Amino acid sequence: MKILVPVKRVIDYNVKPRVKADGTGVDLANVKMSMNPFDEIAVEEAIRLKEKGAATEIVAVSIGPAKAQETLRTALAMGADRAILVETDDEVEPLAVAKILKAIADEEQPGLVILGKQSISDDSNQTGQMLAALMGRPQGTFANTVEVDGDSVTVKREVDGGLQTVKLALPAIVTTDLRLNEPRYASLPNIMKAKQKPLATKTAADYGVDLTPRLKTLKVAEPPVRQAGEKVADVAALVEKVKALGIA
Amino acid sequence: MKTLVLVEHDNTKVNDATLAVVTAAAKLGEVHLLVAGHNCGSVAEAAAKIAGVGKVHVADDAAYANGLAENVAPLAASLMDHHDAFLAAATTQGKNVAPRVAAQLDVMQVSEILSVEGPKTFTRPIYAGNAIATVESTDAKLVITVRGTAFEKAATEGGSGTIEAVTGAGDTGTSIFVSSEIAKSERPELTSAKVIVSGGRALKDAETFEAVITPLADKLGAAIGASRAAVDAGYVPNDYQVGQTGKIVAPEVYFAIGISGAIQHLAGMKDSKVIIAINKDEDAPIFQVADIGLVADLYTAVPELTGAL
Repeated sequence: MKILVPVKRVIDYNVKPRVKADGTGVDLANVKMSMNPFDEIAVEEAIRLKEKGAATEIVAVSIGPAKAQETLRTALAMGADRAILVETDDEVEPLAVAKILKAIADEEQPGLVILGKQSISDDSNQTGQMLAALMGRPQGTFANTVEVDGDSVTVKREVDGGLQTVKLALPAIVTTDLRLNEPRYASLPNIMKAKQKPLATKTAADYGVDLTPRLKTLKVAEPPVRQAGEKVADVAALVEKVKALGIA
Repeated sequence: MKTLVLVEHDNTKVNDATLAVVTAAAKLGEVHLLVAGHNCGSVAEAAAKIAGVGKVHVADDAAYANGLAENVAPLAASLMDHHDAFLAAATTQGKNVAPRVAAQLDVMQVSEILSVEGPKTFTRPIYAGNAIATVESTDAKLVITVRGTAFEKAATEGGSGTIEAVTGAGDTGTSIFVSSEIAKSERPELTSAKVIVSGGRALKDAETFEAVITPLADKLGAAIGASRAAVDAGYVPNDYQVGQTGKIVAPEVYFAIGISGAIQHLAGMKDSKVIIAINKDEDAPIFQVADIGLVADLYTAVPELTGAL
């Protein structure tokens, strides 16, 4: 079974995003970029399934600028077998990403597509579900545990207040939550080896997908700023404040 | 504009998250509801009483018993011939179903809206709330998820909706519900707790974390959270993590104890109404967002606080 793993290049999660002064977006110039953390978990899960013998090949896909090659090389260094970059400098919305992934899935015929549940940039949480709908296949979103068994996959999902387990017929789409696994670091020899692994470059037009955005961003603003409050002198003063809040 | 709101429920009662969605939908136009479930008559009746509700479409079928997205999304999409906007709560259920509906309608969804600015214009958080985007949809129909804390809850009484049975395609046969384990902890769930007590790396180890944080949380009936540093160090399990890659919380009161206030952590809790920080480093960034700060050694200050409350 082949596994398709889409990965996105995003602002590193330790960097504080700065809104551009003209309110058109977030400033990404000279900012450290990394693989979306939820996508790292997706790559890791695919590798673990391959190590267990449930998968035979892992194909990493990224849709983004030429620099997204670095993100794909990271996936290859972790253990993906080959990569596809769909190169574009435009912002691509989840619906268009899902359409491109659908076209790639038609070509590659994966048994599983494993994606991060959301990117930490636009926080949409849509792509996996949209891809599942376009493919007419089942989805196991916010996965906590993934077990492949013959022609089905059992996914334990993180839902509000607990866990839900569903059994899906393959091919299926899985989106990762934080607790699914802890991604490995690529070793230096593997980083070197990854440079030799195949990476194909395509365009959205190759897949016949129109990238014209459906949502117009009118403005991007800083959220209301929190002002620092007061420091209290000692525990007794704190106790008084806490009591005044009416919670104790 | 006619809107269709997905009612979230457990086949017996309406989940509160739906009430905020009704408020958001009412800002767009007429509010119709969709109750998809099994033996869910009581839900339909309760839904019809929500203030401001028109039609309540009820699809009662075993295929909808557990709200599987594969079955519910085609049903919702089929009703969209007669509606202009589909809205769901930005809960795990809403997030699971809505994008599937959007893709079926060839619509780009607007996720987790904070406000309605116009018939097709909304604000929504991006970068874990570090920026707020105002977006306008150009699609013919709208698909929206709504952040519950951003809208008032509609009243559960006063409405007189008409219940109308609908049928969908039923079971698509690609997914099976196996089981659910809904935590029955005495402690409130992190994302819905009124008070959260969180600990950071300064708690040293799992035993110390338990000894210092738990008594205060017990006293306040609070949920327990942690910074990523505390989780990475193994003091508490992963699901305690508050932050950009963990849980995003907005309680009435948030205690940050021995948490320095890394950006990653602040992104997950800075919408809390009142933030109380206890840290021995007076220059810790957490004090820049805290409403009440105490510079003190947490090992003496926290037990003293717990004892005095």
